[in-house]
Amino acid sequence: MIDLIWLVIALPLAGAVLLHFVGRLIKEPLSGWLASAAIGGAFVIAVIAAIPFLEGGEHGSYVLLWDWMPAVGARLELLWDPLAALMALVVTGVGTLIHVFAIGYMHGDERFHRFFTYLNLFAASMLTLVLAGNYAMLFLGWELVGLCSYLLIGFWFTRPSASAAAKKAFVVNRIGDVGFMVGLMVVFATFSTLSFSGIFERADSELTSATATAIGLLFLIGAAGKSAQIPLYVWLPDAMEGPTPVSALIHAATMVTAGVYVIARSAPIYEITPFASTVVATVGALTAIWAASIAMAQRDIKRVLAYSTISQLGYMFLAVGATAYVAGIFHLMTHAFFKALLFLGAGSVIHAMGDEQDMHKMGGLLRKMPVTAMTMGIATLAIAGIPPLAGFWSKDEILGATFARGGWFYVLWIVGLVTALMTAFYMTRQWVLVFLGEPRWDEGARPHESPPVMTTPLIVLAGLSIVGGLVNTPLRQTLERFLEPSFELVHIQHPPEGWLMFALLAGLSVLAALVGLGIGFMTYRAPRQRWRAFEEAFEPLWGTWEQAYHVDDIYGRVLVAPGEKLAEAAAFTADVRVIDGAVNGVGRLVRDIGQWSRPLQTGFVRNYGVLFLGGALVVVVWLVAGGS
Amino acid sequence: MIVPVGWYMGLAAALFLIGALGMLLRRNALVMFMCIELMLNAVNLTLISAGRAMNDINGQVAVFFILVVAAAEVVVGLAIIVAIFRRRATASVDELSELRG
Repeated sequence: MIDLIWLVIALPLAGAVLLHFVGRLIKEPLSGWLASAAIGGAFVIAVIAAIPFLEGGEHGSYVLLWDWMPAVGARLELLWDPLAALMALVVTGVGTLIHVFAIGYMHGDERFHRFFTYLNLFAASMLTLVLAGNYAMLFLGWELVGLCSYLLIGFWFTRPSASAAAKKAFVVNRIGDVGFMVGLMVVFATFSTLSFSGIFERADSELTSATATAIGLLFLIGAAGKSAQIPLYVWLPDAMEGPTPVSALIHAATMVTAGVYVIARSAPIYEITPFASTVVATVGALTAIWAASIAMAQRDIKRVLAYSTISQLGYMFLAVGATAYVAGIFHLMTHAFFKALLFLGAGSVIHAMGDEQDMHKMGGLLRKMPVTAMTMGIATLAIAGIPPLAGFWSKDEILGATFARGGWFYVLWIVGLVTALMTAFYMTRQWVLVFLGEPRWDEGARPHESPPVMTTPLIVLAGLSIVGGLVNTPLRQTLERFLEPSFELVHIQHPPEGWLMFALLAGLSVLAALVGLGIGFMTYRAPRQRWRAFEEAFEPLWGTWEQAYHVDDIYGRVLVAPGEKLAEAAAFTADVRVIDGAVNGVGRLVRDIGQWSRPLQTGFVRNYGVLFLGGALVVVVWLVAGGS
Repeated sequence: MIVPVGWYMGLAAALFLIGALGMLLRRNALVMFMCIELMLNAVNLTLISAGRAMNDINGQVAVFFILVVAAAEVVVGLAIIVAIFRRRATASVDELSELRG
């Protein structure tokens, strides 16, 4: 089966190519089903190919497709190991459900087939990223998912805000990419190769800790761009301009986890540099609490989820920074389930409310859309960390491992715990505002439950959000055994041993979750004036959160405005005056010389004769006088 | 009796001077053309006499080259003059100053 692993990438790619050329001819739902079949087929192949890993201890292998640039170790080769397999399963599995959901969501859009072309192209790119057997190919996938993200955020490009958001995402990602690229250059300068096997086996003996720190921090810049961490997270909330299935697939479940994946994949490099790891963890914890506080005060249903995603990605960074790689990947997986569910549920609500996204104008939707409400409720409990749902197990493992690391990580653990409370609060706030209370709909809103093509993926994801965490409990560490061969070169941080410590830590995080849940429920269950009063009691903090700490304004003033000034100076002073001035100056000089010397050309032959004779005489006199 | 080489040189200089003055003073294109030929042959004369005086064949060789080039030049030059004369019915070079800058 492993020889056919290239099909996992090729199937969605073929779907994209096919839809690109003949999509217009295929009627509306069929092109969506075709795309879903392509990625579903990839999922089936990935499942079958992943079976040998279930036993544990299997290392996986490299599959060489084509010698691309042998000199730099950049072959088109795939690495099919447990980590890649898990990522591929998440991408194709969640991806398939979102493809199916999108068939219902994008119904009636005039560029329906084009949407599925992009979705399939994205799936192929993301699979290239996670299955890559070397950094060159990984970077190829990395850039391709950036491109797809751009295309899909700007899918409704006739809206100025959508095309602006797409541009912003692209530019901010480029900033991160520069860091990643420089990191890859340092890697190549050190090892003279970009292939994983060559680098990781020699890292321990050939990498100095200073170089490792440089690589680690440069990779962190790239990862912070792609995975929306401080300070490069600003593109993700704006990316909500894309259609909701895009937000679910790319900006929650898969693409944004690429940064976490790269750091986990590069674990042997981070193993040498505890400093870079600590920086990763600190950035993650800071991002987690920063974004969670912003999420608490958002009114837009998708923006809550966007900041929630940033916050949860912060947890994953905290985990991989604390070298708890399995916990990080575990949370990546469970988060993919419940965050995709939340986004799809939000999409279902937005669809039902006729493109209304303001939660203040919702309320009381439980009766109208019971399936969406129940599934989103499950996801809310899962992300809040209520046992035994998926989020509890993964989040608790992260917090436990952070605690076990000790020292500075105690501080990060407290930050994580507070974030857990805030997470429970803002998710409960969202669910109650949308589904409970009195209806605050606009005139003419006719909310209705979505068709089965949309609710079925919700139900499947809800099931996964319930049981997804059971793959790695302190009782049965199936995922740990599964992933271990991919991390055999490094030390994996575990939560503290012993039942007492587990109960204590888990009890604390459950307590935090329950407190947040309780406050959220009690506050927003009450009539509108009451929760408005609650929010106003927190002024001016609440307003600052609602405005996302004014970060966009600050970036605009500190970075964008000077950048525009610089561009203006370059365009209208340096270019027009200096460059164009020099070019035009040369032209004018030549013209002036011509103007000045044209009277010499009289047109009278005898005139030339005199000059000629005079010249000849001068030469003769000069020769007679002795020359030289 | 052998004529000293200085006489030849004097004759050549006189011929050249006549040619140069004619070239500068006359307006008729045909006459100017003949003056150029005169100058050319004055130079030929110096080459021949110098070659003979120094017992060197190269003087004569150079003259052959000049004769051939001059013949070719005469063909082109006369053709141009005839063409101009047909269009303008004049051979005065002072009326042909279209190429002034």
